[in-house]
Amino acid sequence: MQLFPCPFCGPRSEAEFHFGGDAGNVRPDEDEVSADRWSSYLYMRHNQKGMSPSIWMHMTCGELFQLDRDTLTHSVAGSKALTEGGHR
Amino acid sequence: MTRHYSALSVFKEGLNSQKGWQKAWRSPEPKKRYDVIVVGGGGHGLATAYYLAKNHGIRNVAVIERGWIGGGNTGRNTTVVRSNYFFPQSVALYDLSLKLFEKLSSELNYNIMLSQRGMLSLAHSMPEMEMAARSANAMQINGVDAELLSRDQVRELLPLYNFSKESRYPVHGAVIQRRAGTARHDAVAWGYARAADRFGVDIIQNCEVQDFIQNGGICCGVRTTKGEILADRVGVAVAGHSSQMAERAGFRLPVVSYALQACVSEPVKPALDTVVLSPATGTYVSQSDKGEMVVGGGLDRIPSYSQRGNLPVLETAIAGLLEMFPSFRQLKLMRQWSGIVDVVPDSSPILDETPLPGLFINCGWGTGGFKAIPAGGTLLAHLLATGRHHDISRPFGLDRFSSGRLIDEAAGSGITH
Repeated sequence: MQLFPCPFCGPRSEAEFHFGGDAGNVRPDEDEVSADRWSSYLYMRHNQKGMSPSIWMHMTCGELFQLDRDTLTHSVAGSKALTEGGHR
Repeated sequence: MTRHYSALSVFKEGLNSQKGWQKAWRSPEPKKRYDVIVVGGGGHGLATAYYLAKNHGIRNVAVIERGWIGGGNTGRNTTVVRSNYFFPQSVALYDLSLKLFEKLSSELNYNIMLSQRGMLSLAHSMPEMEMAARSANAMQINGVDAELLSRDQVRELLPLYNFSKESRYPVHGAVIQRRAGTARHDAVAWGYARAADRFGVDIIQNCEVQDFIQNGGICCGVRTTKGEILADRVGVAVAGHSSQMAERAGFRLPVVSYALQACVSEPVKPALDTVVLSPATGTYVSQSDKGEMVVGGGLDRIPSYSQRGNLPVLETAIAGLLEMFPSFRQLKLMRQWSGIVDVVPDSSPILDETPLPGLFINCGWGTGGFKAIPAGGTLLAHLLATGRHHDISRPFGLDRFSSGRLIDEAAGSGITH
């Protein structure tokens, strides 16, 4: 059982978290969005091997946040609330 | 030198002190140039090379594998073969695979130990029973064998199941596909490797593809740890590492890599002669020819490239198993492992030319790649040889993600990923 750090609740069991995709995958908000651009937003993923900044939900408190974890070693570098710096 | 496997060759080699057996495949150094390079020496890659030679007469082919052949997901699955899907496109694909499996041992002259012992998908409630009827109807309409079984019929097939009143997962019935079953996973990889090698295909192991050689925006070879190798066309069949290959070629895929776990118990006398799946618990189990109970569960829901599973998912799978088969509590687990699977949003595979012309991909099989090996090989070989889709692979192109024509088997057949 691995512990993930929720920025709001502290370290909690991995089973309480839900993966929500790549961090920085911003919803297109232009007037005309092409099918390819929309498909890229909806489906295409970096799927990095190694350090991977990603969005997660802590299902217990319902908050979304950014978790920086390594997909190869499973080590966690840190987490931050989406209100901290740069997110939309 | 003995090349063909038969009762007679076993007898003759017995008289000859077993000295005449040849290696099943060569280990050549790569040539400078091939007609086609296949990246990935798992079942899909080896089958692709075999069908390129057999169906299309293209024998100047190399399979390039980073580790050893069949050492990835081909050697890590639970060996189940079946075609009990919902949508006509999927049934066409997976039933092509099952039909090829049915004649593969004699075709390859290699015993893949196909055992069509049937697969039961259990229904634990009345609503699940209605969904089971829908699933069986869809399969019958698509021309695939399926029967809806009552509780009593299931009881006859699974005498060890927990049918008590206190059962947490009571059985209301099941869908059975009798042609489904298991095949020896290593033998599928080795059989294709040996048959491809005999057509002249070079199988190059311990050679990592580091980049794709591009000329005028077209893929024309690979850079590897054994140097540059040129080719007219390149195919990629690397499952969980597809996104890494795509990144090197300059595009992204709708794929996330997760670990999928399995485990085996100590071997025991025959106790279970079908494959059993409980969609409610995500647990599936069959007994191997050696007598081990082979148990699988759902995906670890945490993106991963580490070939080991996490504990909560293993716990769920084992808890489900023990509720269903209380007598299995006596078993000791021998081994537990995981493979890295490439999961696509609609739980259907991707077979297509990529945004880099000359580079073709076979990926996205998620948790079900093993059963699809003969079809995946046939269809990628067709794409590589002709540059065009086979009718069966056309619906599984990359364009479905912008056209919206997804083939959502997660919703259709209730795949748990």
